[in-house]
Amino acid sequence: MSATGKYDTTNILVVGTGGQGVMTATEILAEAAIALGHDVKKTEVAGMAQRGGVVSSHLRFGPRVLSPQINPGAADVLLGFEAAEAMRWRHMLRASGLVLMNTGRLVPPVVELGLYDYPDDPVAAMRATGTRVYSFDASSIAQQLGDIRLGNTVMLGAISDHLSFPAEVLERCVLQRFAHKRAELIELNRLAFAAGRAAAEQAAQSATAAGAA
Amino acid sequence: MSADAVVSDRPVAAASRLLMSGNEAVARAVWEAGVRVAAAYPGTPATEMLECVATYPEIYAEWSVNEKVSLEVAFGAAMAGSRSFCAMKHVGMNVASDALMTMTLTGVAAGLVIAIADDVGLSSSQNEQDSRFWGRFAHVPILEPADSQEAHDFTLAAFELSERFETPAILRLTTRICHVKGLVAVGERSERPAAGFHKDVGRWVMVPSAAGRRLPMMFDRERRLRAEAEVSPLNVVETGSDRRIGFVTSGPAYMHVRESFPDAPVFKLGLSFPLPFDSVRKFAEQCEQLVVVEEVEPLIETELKAQGIALSGKDILPQSGELSPQVLKPAVARLLGEAVPEAARAAPMSVFPRPPTMCVACPHLGVYYTLSQLRNVTISGDIGCYTLGFGQPWNALDACISMGASMGMALGLDKGRSEAEQNQKVVAVIGDSTFLHMGMQGLLDIVYNRGNVTVLLLDNRAVGMTGGQDNPGNGRDIHGKEAPRVDFATLVKALGVREERVHVVDAYELPVLLRTLRDETRIPEPSVIITSQPCVLIKDYHALKPYTVVEDKCTGCGNCVDVGCPAIHVTRRDRVRKASGREVDLAFVRIESAACTGCGLCLKPCAPDAIVHVDTLAMPIKVIRKSAEPAPQA
Repeated sequence: MSATGKYDTTNILVVGTGGQGVMTATEILAEAAIALGHDVKKTEVAGMAQRGGVVSSHLRFGPRVLSPQINPGAADVLLGFEAAEAMRWRHMLRASGLVLMNTGRLVPPVVELGLYDYPDDPVAAMRATGTRVYSFDASSIAQQLGDIRLGNTVMLGAISDHLSFPAEVLERCVLQRFAHKRAELIELNRLAFAAGRAAAEQAAQSATAAGAA
Repeated sequence: MSADAVVSDRPVAAASRLLMSGNEAVARAVWEAGVRVAAAYPGTPATEMLECVATYPEIYAEWSVNEKVSLEVAFGAAMAGSRSFCAMKHVGMNVASDALMTMTLTGVAAGLVIAIADDVGLSSSQNEQDSRFWGRFAHVPILEPADSQEAHDFTLAAFELSERFETPAILRLTTRICHVKGLVAVGERSERPAAGFHKDVGRWVMVPSAAGRRLPMMFDRERRLRAEAEVSPLNVVETGSDRRIGFVTSGPAYMHVRESFPDAPVFKLGLSFPLPFDSVRKFAEQCEQLVVVEEVEPLIETELKAQGIALSGKDILPQSGELSPQVLKPAVARLLGEAVPEAARAAPMSVFPRPPTMCVACPHLGVYYTLSQLRNVTISGDIGCYTLGFGQPWNALDACISMGASMGMALGLDKGRSEAEQNQKVVAVIGDSTFLHMGMQGLLDIVYNRGNVTVLLLDNRAVGMTGGQDNPGNGRDIHGKEAPRVDFATLVKALGVREERVHVVDAYELPVLLRTLRDETRIPEPSVIITSQPCVLIKDYHALKPYTVVEDKCTGCGNCVDVGCPAIHVTRRDRVRKASGREVDLAFVRIESAACTGCGLCLKPCAPDAIVHVDTLAMPIKVIRKSAEPAPQA
């Protein structure tokens, strides 16, 4: 039985800032869960998020989902599209949970104005609390592939080996989104997905090695 | 990792079910219900309902200028015998309520459903209201779905109730219904041809004598609706093995109750007004004690208490915000005298706030940068993206309450000024859509009453904050098709602003903007400055060549940072002592050229001309110096 009640539910929290594609990525994860026959609920508070604000998208799936919100301390995976945003939501993770995060930074005007500081090392700060963190630079990976907007496909690739279903199910759902688009766009997303998978795999290895050292 | 968490023995999803937000599910049901006319003014979290309804070709859909007009349009269609639909956010019903409070007397000739979306938790609103009050105030039924499937099903039920009882019906949603996606089993459309308008002055012309005759009919209807609530399948009793507490709940709070207390008896109110007192009394007898869980005001609680039913409610639960499991579980544990469950969670880590901000190249940036340069000015603000001007770095908006209020507040600030404020300038800032929604009446009042107010009308040709919806100011209808377009300059002149006091200014032309504002605030009569550059999120906006910073030319003055554009980033800070002995903070910058769309706002305050087009960097240094002269605006 899960900590959230009568029904066993998987809880995935996807976080980032407005405009990063957080909501679309969560929607694709939801489609994958639906394809496997799960009940699904997905929620976020939109509205002003479009203006570069904080976005957190909750995905819950299982035999039957009641409340759409993930409770603090109940997320199985935290998928962070931006370094400080992953840190902001770390408390939502269960003790055994996993953070998969982009180390890329989006510095807001309040920091540029000198009113607040950006955390020196979000990954280290999170690890210091005993959290399992696999981190990689998804922003750079997307840019190297030619378009920062591929970032959310990179992130989906990264989470694909850490779900309760095969990575190929999620990949299919990602590529379906581009079914009617140019062939090269489909290929770019395939590459971005693979690059995200590889980055998470490598991050897992180095995290394990660091843990063993 | 969480393989143990996935049990697939009871798959419930089928291909026939669609992943839909509550808003999409309502829109689908509106289509299925045979609705022929639908109207709304955009407002978070309600906006997507009409956007989605507009995709169904069988339905006439419109963006109305405000919620009152939208409800009147829907009511007119219902008088004509067409099923009709109207959607709005909670504060929209404040505007529309004048129409509601009398159409409840006439009733309707065909189904009329009003979906009101309450922003419980204040994600994007100026207040938090409980729209279930309107049921009590207007004596109309309130239906409260708990998820997307119910949003769909209850919309159909609301039309049925509306027609059976000849009353407008309110579908009460919250952000957590509108913006949650879940699986929905849908149906097909059943056409309902319009019955036509039947003239009947005793019913449709609400003069005192006729209205007086209809009052008892309205009260009788409420009695019959209460009897309906006792037997309605929308109200469900779920028995439970743990009878220490029985829960009476409605809307999304039901899901939180069910999740938090899987074994408790629950009375789920789908038709939550009028309340089925007898059924709740019977339910109460089966439980040791009763707790009412409702978002947000104690309406069910107060009415049940008045019936002599003992219960807990807002004495143990908050009267604002969502009643999620993390709120419910500790509160109920305390009530039962149990140890409060120590949630398996760490404290949130400390991270800077990330408030919503204006977009890169937003035309409002220049306006607020300019306003922040003015002294002795009080700025009366309004509802929209430009409300963000209150924040850093501009600090250039002093008040904001409701749509259109910038006008009346400004006049009041002018007329009510103190002796010490005789030279204070009063500026009102309002957007194009907001001005048409409820601002133009306020401007007329300023003109008529000889107010000393300078109005900044920020025409960005879109309802920006809700996602760039079309409106009468941009000449496109809800389908994006060409429509008659308001000419703001002509409009404000028609309201009585003198021709020489009306200016149309390019929002990116900072010197002109500053000069015009300075001049107009000195003249003690109403003036209107219209800025005319489109929202960067709509198709009217065309990106220009991006800029970059020549690193060795940046002197760290930080003036460009004060524009507030999110594409400008500080690379290094320093503090130096000037020859005068004064210490100065320096901020050296770079421009995120991939995000920059070349509006050029940051060029104007850059004294050393360190900001140049990206491609000029590849040129020899001599050429850079030349081309770094402030470029004329396109």
